[in-house]
Amino acid sequence: MALTNTYIQEKLVEKFNDQVFQFSTDSGILSFESAAENNLKVLQFLYEESSLGFTFLTDLCGVNYPDHQGAELVVVYHLHNFIENIRIRFSIGVPVVKPDVFTATKLFESANWMERETYDFFGVNFIGHPNLKRILNVDEMDYFPLRKEFPLEDQTRIDKDDEMFGRG
Amino acid sequence: MEQHSHITLPKGSIEKTTTTLNIGPTHPATHGVFQNIMEVDGERVVSTEQTVGYIHRAFEKLAERRPLYQITPITDRLNYCSSPINNMGWHITCERFLKIDLPKRVDYLRVIIMELSRISDHLICNSIVGVDTGAYTGFLYVMQYRELIYEIYEEVCGSRLTTNIGRIGGFERNFTNTAFTKLEKFLNEYPGVLREFEKLFTRNRIFMERTQGTGGISAARAMNYGFTGPNLRAAGVDYDVRVQQPYSSYQDFDFKVPVGTTGDNYDRFLVRNAEMWESISIIKQAYQKIQEFKGADAEIYHADVPEYYLPKKEDVYTKMEALIWHFKIIMGEIDLPKGQIYSAVEGGNGELGFYLISDGGRTPFRLHFRRPCFIYYQAFEELIKGGMLSDAVVTLSSLNLIAGELDA
Repeated sequence: MALTNTYIQEKLVEKFNDQVFQFSTDSGILSFESAAENNLKVLQFLYEESSLGFTFLTDLCGVNYPDHQGAELVVVYHLHNFIENIRIRFSIGVPVVKPDVFTATKLFESANWMERETYDFFGVNFIGHPNLKRILNVDEMDYFPLRKEFPLEDQTRIDKDDEMFGRG
Repeated sequence: MEQHSHITLPKGSIEKTTTTLNIGPTHPATHGVFQNIMEVDGERVVSTEQTVGYIHRAFEKLAERRPLYQITPITDRLNYCSSPINNMGWHITCERFLKIDLPKRVDYLRVIIMELSRISDHLICNSIVGVDTGAYTGFLYVMQYRELIYEIYEEVCGSRLTTNIGRIGGFERNFTNTAFTKLEKFLNEYPGVLREFEKLFTRNRIFMERTQGTGGISAARAMNYGFTGPNLRAAGVDYDVRVQQPYSSYQDFDFKVPVGTTGDNYDRFLVRNAEMWESISIIKQAYQKIQEFKGADAEIYHADVPEYYLPKKEDVYTKMEALIWHFKIIMGEIDLPKGQIYSAVEGGNGELGFYLISDGGRTPFRLHFRRPCFIYYQAFEELIKGGMLSDAVVTLSSLNLIAGELDA
């Protein structure tokens, strides 16, 4: 039987009821959300339920929505079922003051560095991660650069006297 | 003996039976900026810790302040052995997001460029594996033919390594006759070279002994580690984005997806070689399809999308509308639709994905690159553990790691 978005959605709702929500199929891929504390349960169900079989973690990344009160940081999982050739997107939101998320490294080895990257750039704290430290930035860095509160340098700023770069 | 009080050794460093060996960040045995801190017992690797990030350039942050067309040069600098694939992957993502349909001829022209860069990518990787096993000749020999590919890029877009080739909607100019002549020259000469290259290595006793059974991984572990591309196929999983989610009209072409069985260095080498043969076949098919276009169809090299495709310069000087679009595009004054998209292409070393989120502004709200080698480099320790140090060097190069992509 070909796996369809409707079937995946039904299966998820049957298992988790209202714990999974915000289903949509924009851009042809089923995406949904759940509460942060349920992320492992959902990922494991998607992995182990034989009729779903999402055994490949394509991508894991963070997004920062400063305006979403209580869910400023979002972790997005892209999963893939190779046999049925279907992708889904699953995301969870956590507050920026307490960005705790359970690690997916027990399920996917590939999550290890992707979670470290998400920690490095967004400060998401992956509970249970075997080696949660910065990966691309220097260890001494004391901020999380992909959060929106760190803007790129403003091209029009005038406080820098830097003739070499055409300013001042 | 007098105690040197200014030297303090870490605790336990005298008692331990293994040696800590630092390789890199710049080392002749690593092709690119890779650092590994290894624990070795004699010549056996006990464990290793990979350090990445030495050439991190904050591409994802930069992309949040740039209109779409300014992000293309960033993608060049990911996997710079096959920058055209990255460029096209980005254009395809934008086109899918903006719902732009491309004329078939543009798709086929893109396929030619993408397959050429796949050849140049695999060519580098395989010949470097040769260098690391002690055969320099193959590398020098095939470099001449990568040059032919670079000359084609040069003819199409004006640059060679970081190409910035194509635009959203197509190409910046039509392929010249010289470009097609150069393509024909390449198609005529290259198969013989590849045959000879294979003759040098594939059944070479030394090469086989160095690569067979080293750096192997099972299909299940490879999937768990997020392997894609030739590395995953060498382990026996026939996953290829070109087949699974065709883009740029790949469904119109007839080609095989070569797979290996053991996922070791030798199988990776064989899979890449076999893919080069398939790429040659795809290029030939695409070139034939292009020649079938007649009349006005044979001159099409971009879609009609004035919002994103820069008008001709002479039109900008003479026509009002072209001037307006030119201004709006250059100043980045075009609002994107709201939404998000994940779109992937088969890069030189795996699934290169772009996750674009737009909040309706002029630049992406968030752009994430799924860089294949960042994800599969995690498995390096598992691949080399218990093996010889010299095999670790071969494994490192046969994984086709590109520092630019690793560190983004």
